[in-house]
Amino acid sequence: MAAPLALLLIVAVTIRAALFRTSLANLISERVEVVSPLNAWKRVVEGLALLDLDISPYSGDVFHETPMVIYLFHFLMDYAEITFMLADCLTAVALYLAVKDYNKQVFRKQKFALEADRIPMDCLELIRSPTEMYYIPLKVAMFYLLNPFTIVSCVAKCTCGLNNAVIALFILSTMRGSALLSAIFLALATYQSIYPLTLCVPALLYLLQRLYIPVNVRRSSFWFYTLQYLFMFLGSLLVLICLSFFLLGSWDFLPAVYGFILSVPDLTPNIGLFWYFFAEMFDHFRLFFLCVFQINVFFYTLPLSIKLKEHPVFLIFMQIALIAIFKSYPTVGDLSLYMAFLPVWNHLYRFLRNIFLVSCVLLACSALFPVLWHLWIYAGSANSNFYYAITLLFSVAQVPVCLSPSLLSSRESSSKTALFTHSLLF
Amino acid sequence: MGLLSDPNRRRALIGMLTRLNAPICMICYMAGVAWFMGLAFEPFTLRTYMSENAMGSTMVEERFPAGERALATGREFAAHKKKTGGMPVDWLVRTMQARGLEVYTQRFSRKLPFPDEDKERYMVKGTNVYGILRAPRAPRTEALVLSAPCSPGNENNQAVGILLGLAQYFRSQIYWAKDIIFLVNEHDLIGMQAWLEGYHHTNTTGMDWSPLQGRGGSIQAALSLELSSDVVTSLDLVLEGLNGQLPNLDLANLFYAFCQKIGVLCTTQGKLPRNDWDTTSGYSHAVQTMMLMVLKQASSRPWGDHGLFLRYHIEAASIKGVNSFRPYKTDATTVGRLLEGMYRKLNNLLERLHQSYFFYLMPSLTRFVSIGYYMPAFGLLALILLLRALDLWVQLSSPPTRTTEDGVEVVPASPGVLSILTPLVISHLTGVALYTLPVLSQELAVEHFPVSETEAVVLTAIAIYTGGTRSHDTHRLLAGEGTEQGWKVLKLVAVLYLAVLLGCTALINFSLGFILALTLVPLAAFITPHVPKTLSAVVMVILSPGLTLLFAVFFFQELQETPVTLQEGWMLYLSVISQGILDHALYGSLLYPLAALLVYPCWLLFWNILFWK
Repeated sequence: MAAPLALLLIVAVTIRAALFRTSLANLISERVEVVSPLNAWKRVVEGLALLDLDISPYSGDVFHETPMVIYLFHFLMDYAEITFMLADCLTAVALYLAVKDYNKQVFRKQKFALEADRIPMDCLELIRSPTEMYYIPLKVAMFYLLNPFTIVSCVAKCTCGLNNAVIALFILSTMRGSALLSAIFLALATYQSIYPLTLCVPALLYLLQRLYIPVNVRRSSFWFYTLQYLFMFLGSLLVLICLSFFLLGSWDFLPAVYGFILSVPDLTPNIGLFWYFFAEMFDHFRLFFLCVFQINVFFYTLPLSIKLKEHPVFLIFMQIALIAIFKSYPTVGDLSLYMAFLPVWNHLYRFLRNIFLVSCVLLACSALFPVLWHLWIYAGSANSNFYYAITLLFSVAQVPVCLSPSLLSSRESSSKTALFTHSLLF
Repeated sequence: MGLLSDPNRRRALIGMLTRLNAPICMICYMAGVAWFMGLAFEPFTLRTYMSENAMGSTMVEERFPAGERALATGREFAAHKKKTGGMPVDWLVRTMQARGLEVYTQRFSRKLPFPDEDKERYMVKGTNVYGILRAPRAPRTEALVLSAPCSPGNENNQAVGILLGLAQYFRSQIYWAKDIIFLVNEHDLIGMQAWLEGYHHTNTTGMDWSPLQGRGGSIQAALSLELSSDVVTSLDLVLEGLNGQLPNLDLANLFYAFCQKIGVLCTTQGKLPRNDWDTTSGYSHAVQTMMLMVLKQASSRPWGDHGLFLRYHIEAASIKGVNSFRPYKTDATTVGRLLEGMYRKLNNLLERLHQSYFFYLMPSLTRFVSIGYYMPAFGLLALILLLRALDLWVQLSSPPTRTTEDGVEVVPASPGVLSILTPLVISHLTGVALYTLPVLSQELAVEHFPVSETEAVVLTAIAIYTGGTRSHDTHRLLAGEGTEQGWKVLKLVAVLYLAVLLGCTALINFSLGFILALTLVPLAAFITPHVPKTLSAVVMVILSPGLTLLFAVFFFQELQETPVTLQEGWMLYLSVISQGILDHALYGSLLYPLAALLVYPCWLLFWNILFWK
């Protein structure tokens, strides 16, 4: 199984290396769909230049990455391309191993369920054969590495590739049951872009499930473990933030990074929902709607974790997808991470309605983004409404991709899918 | 949403769509064509109206008196042009300086990728001369441009004369709030390209030009004047620019408003507006006008010197004087007054023209169809592709299980990735060859065949184009026998590809997208490996992009009332291809790369499906 993965990695690296050498790389790194003010390489370079001149990189309103990233590239500036390719490969390998582990568990549970005869007759076709499951990890790695979104994001040297790598490592360490590493990587991901904070809940649920600790507020073991995990998470977050402070010698980065993410001052168009809305907004409503928009990412965590508390891995997927849709500066690189997970649930996709329609819409939108951008910015004949219409459609089309498996269970009346949640992950 | 989320109704809907797929597609196609033809019917179109406030309500008085003197200057210009055998730079500089302008020149040179036989040029060297009239009434942050090309032979002398006459007259007026730049450009579009690139500090086409020494503000609007006779019967407005871009409709409205006020006959596409829309001839007149505009826009080339301004966000149009045998003549003074009026109104602009439409078609100068009205015609055609794709998807997701003689059910094997990927890659490589080889291999071709460079380029392109049709069974190259599922997947991919491609094209250039959809959509809808091979192959070739262009050439000549014989038509076709390649190299027109790299490979995919074994 290692050989196909190695081949895949070689192919992926070759594609990226070839693209880095063409003139396309410059073109791609300017696209607003691929880079955001938060993670554009151009801004990182600017920050580095300021750092070299002994000026705080956060003076001026250009650089918004975290201090860790700038110090990372302080040393790796000449190897930036390799770093980004490595980050992609790392993500793919981590996802590969994580999904492999996960599949083993699913298979074991499925076997127990079969032996105990707990599976209803009409769910039998959902049972997955070992050969089917054998290729899933490879498919996941392939979906990540060969996804055009990942490739353009890597070629543009968008730092969200690094964030994806951290999140993938977090998932891997959670799957392996290592609470400390999981907490550290989660802290790192949160430190990078706040939103992965919501992944705390599914990770905790998963680790509890793994240790057979029931989620019960009256059990002391539950509280003990939860507090332990939270302590590790918050502790490493604190360490990271203090480390940044000692590196920079000032707290400048807090407003420049987290303030920038939360208050959305930069309204450059992107594939997200924020820019158009806040460009049109009267100033005195701004704070209120900012809260409304930002709360979207965090709001669904609680109901989803109640609904999906038996399926924390699926919850992780949903949370990553929600973050990609609702975050303030999304790029296509964020999408590619959750799209990589789609093969894991491929046995469920036959129940998805409108999957054809949705994929057509996603495809058409990806092609229309540059066209409408050209018409708006260069030709001057269209305007921002055209572009936002596509942004909106793109976001709307993403919702069924990640949400319909869970919606299915609540609304479908036919007996086959009534048992959906049970068969979802066994 | 309710319809799609209720499984029973959803099943019924999908069942209906797959059962009635063919009739629905037929209806959509006919409805699309009918809708498009209906666009020229006057009750369905809107009358043009001025949207821009700053140009609508204000009154201006035109007093340009010196038409005769302008014509005399034009004759003097012609004499100097003849003497120097090109642009009389010194004379123009002196004359403009004498009229009180700040005068600058710009030299440029450009080597064409291959000789242009239509205009007989290869190594182009020239000089642009322009004079700036500084705005006395406002900070010099905005500018207007009036340009006239210095054409070879006896053309356009009167245009330069009127330009100089207007410069002198404008100089004496005090109400200019924008700089006015009077530009005489050599080698028509190449000179214009050099000047615009110099003005905006960009270099997109790798041309050599000397930097501009003087500049006005940001250019708000531009008019290009072409006039070859002392008196004109009518003025023709040309709007179509590079890549089918059009200026804001208000510019056309402005022109029409002044023609009405001054009493000059005005046309677009050389056709007068008519009032008898309820008669057959009136309707066909409107259709002809609109079709001419559609064909010109679809050609993606600039149809006048204004065409390159549009790329820089500058609203621009060309005004051409037409001298035909009509009795009613207009003299140069009147033309000058018309231009004066238009510039006075443009001078009043507070912001760029943006109030009116950018996407429109004009069945006559007084009527227009906006994007909301014409897009459904395209949408109906594109819907066919989506319906076919849905049909294929349903067929693929519920594969019919065949029962063999033994009674064992055989589920068709899912097709290998290779059998899909190979045709995709090979057809695109053919496209890349079609895009790069003609220009690269011209020297080789000239050495070995008795042809000129231009012929070599065009004939190589045609040879690669026809040669590409040989690659009709590429799926068997690596993957062996093709399966029934295989062609369905390939067709699904090809249909969706075509839908996205046409959709994007139609947004940028509606006419091009619509013409391509008109020919490619029926082909995409009916092609399967099971239709009669020979007949379908003939139909496919007839509907292929290359032949579409040939028909478009004949149709265009027919509409212009200059029909050509087959022989002439063929020569014209060859020159159109060479012009298309040149337009891409010189000005960055997108038609040639689009056709070679995307449309042609897409057509090849369907060709592969037809010969699927």
